[in-house]
Amino acid sequence: MNSWPSAFLWLADPVNWAGPGGIPTRVGEHLLYTLVTLLIGVIIAVPAGLAIGHTGRGRGIAVQASGVLRALPTLGLLLLLALWLGIGFTPPLIVMVALALPPLLAGAYAGMDAVDRQTIDAARSIGMTGWQVLFQVELPLALPLVIGGIRSGCLQVIATWTVAAYLPLGGLGRYIYDGLAVQNYAEMLGASVLVIVLALLADGLFALVQRLVVPRGVLAGRSRDVRTRTPRRSASSTPSTTAG
Amino acid sequence: MIEFRSVTKRFPDGTVAVRDFSLVIPSRRITVLVGSSGSGKTTILRMINRMVDPTSGTIEIDGDDIAGIEPVGLRRGIGYVMQNAGLLPHRRVADNIATVPVLRGVRRKDARARALELMDTVGLDRSLAERYPSQLSGGQQQRVGVARGLAVDPNILLMDEPFGAVDPLVRAELQRELLRLQRDLDKTVVFVTHDIDEALLLGDQIVIFTTGGIVAQAGTPQEILAAPADEFVARFVGADRGKRALHVREQNGRPVVVDSEGRAAGVLVPDDAGLGARAGDGSPADGSAPGGRPEPARDGGAR
Repeated sequence: MNSWPSAFLWLADPVNWAGPGGIPTRVGEHLLYTLVTLLIGVIIAVPAGLAIGHTGRGRGIAVQASGVLRALPTLGLLLLLALWLGIGFTPPLIVMVALALPPLLAGAYAGMDAVDRQTIDAARSIGMTGWQVLFQVELPLALPLVIGGIRSGCLQVIATWTVAAYLPLGGLGRYIYDGLAVQNYAEMLGASVLVIVLALLADGLFALVQRLVVPRGVLAGRSRDVRTRTPRRSASSTPSTTAG
Repeated sequence: MIEFRSVTKRFPDGTVAVRDFSLVIPSRRITVLVGSSGSGKTTILRMINRMVDPTSGTIEIDGDDIAGIEPVGLRRGIGYVMQNAGLLPHRRVADNIATVPVLRGVRRKDARARALELMDTVGLDRSLAERYPSQLSGGQQQRVGVARGLAVDPNILLMDEPFGAVDPLVRAELQRELLRLQRDLDKTVVFVTHDIDEALLLGDQIVIFTTGGIVAQAGTPQEILAAPADEFVARFVGADRGKRALHVREQNGRPVVVDSEGRAAGVLVPDDAGLGARAGDGSPADGSAPGGRPEPARDGGAR
């Protein structure tokens, strides 16, 4: 059975693009969920990662916590929280944030780690305060990798939010679970294609941002270096995870 | 004047980097701390701007105990030049030089204007002002580092192996420049190096360390070469061999100085011609040395 043609027919059908359950609405929901998740994740993980990188303390704890979070079975945790907290937006949100934290944290402290110790030492030696070192030296230089962490977290979150439709919730996962219930494979496959397109678009966007935040002085130096790694690759390699 | 009074630094892991160290660093002179790695010389340097705080003992700058001075303010008043220049890679040359004045509240525009003047002072072309550090050569970066160190016109300039990472030709050039600058600017320079030739060339006062911040000998280059305190110093300065073991030979009735292998190093002339006893830089001591250092003026004024 080849479902591809029917999947694209499903995607092309104007009926599926209209109304409260239409594709634009679902895509909007999916993006909103993702955005909220990333926002909360960034608020938690980036300051933590920066603090760990700046002080050099708590790295062990961060690595362990990341490991634990990564090992959590998403669907199991989702069901557990749904039983505990009731059905709604909160349980999947907690699960997705937990999923997003490790790459965000890893990106933040890998970024801080990548800043030359000598540069930091020099900044302190000439009389910068700790905060000035953080905001004027470490953060600008770490930003590409911090964004890289968000990028990798974003991919995972977009992909995994589909699972949340297991509970009665919107997003593109809705089509997948609804399609499964009535064995409408065209709908399931069409929705999967939408998720993939969304993920690729988001990834591309972050790739662009990541390029833009590389300080010009660093780029200038890179052009004289041996070009073994492109800015994009070097930025995304460290915090990469088991992205979905 | 910077004064160390029985300063000891013990790191948390138990290693003693500096043990009961006392020294007076005179104003407006270059004092060179020289020793191999692990000798504690950098720790001592970093204690002056409180990058490292002593475990015991006091350090005074012009009579004030620096333990009572807030570190950030102290550092902003002291020039600091380090190996590999330590420039901020994401800032342009002019902004790097202007960093400290801007931190101290000078308007960015004024600080940048002053930065351009400082580029002249250290011999950098103003056209480099909008470049990034990574676009400069090692020697140019080091000049930017010196300009940054001078940006707030500090009385004290700390230099931590500033010329250690540049090639020998550029290093010699930078050393000459430093001596020229010092003649014009009259700073109290504390200079750390592991290169004894550099120490003999630059230092008005030299402090030679064994390990653990123990002073083997302190004195002028002349004093140290004339009378090494012990075998360690003699070996360290190489007084017993090579270009520093010089002999006088008569040649056509004139005294010619030759090294241990018999190669001519120069001629001996009466002292009023202004030639010092230092042969440390290895250049012919006949006054026409390429890029001759301003020895007469310095020695005349220094002691």
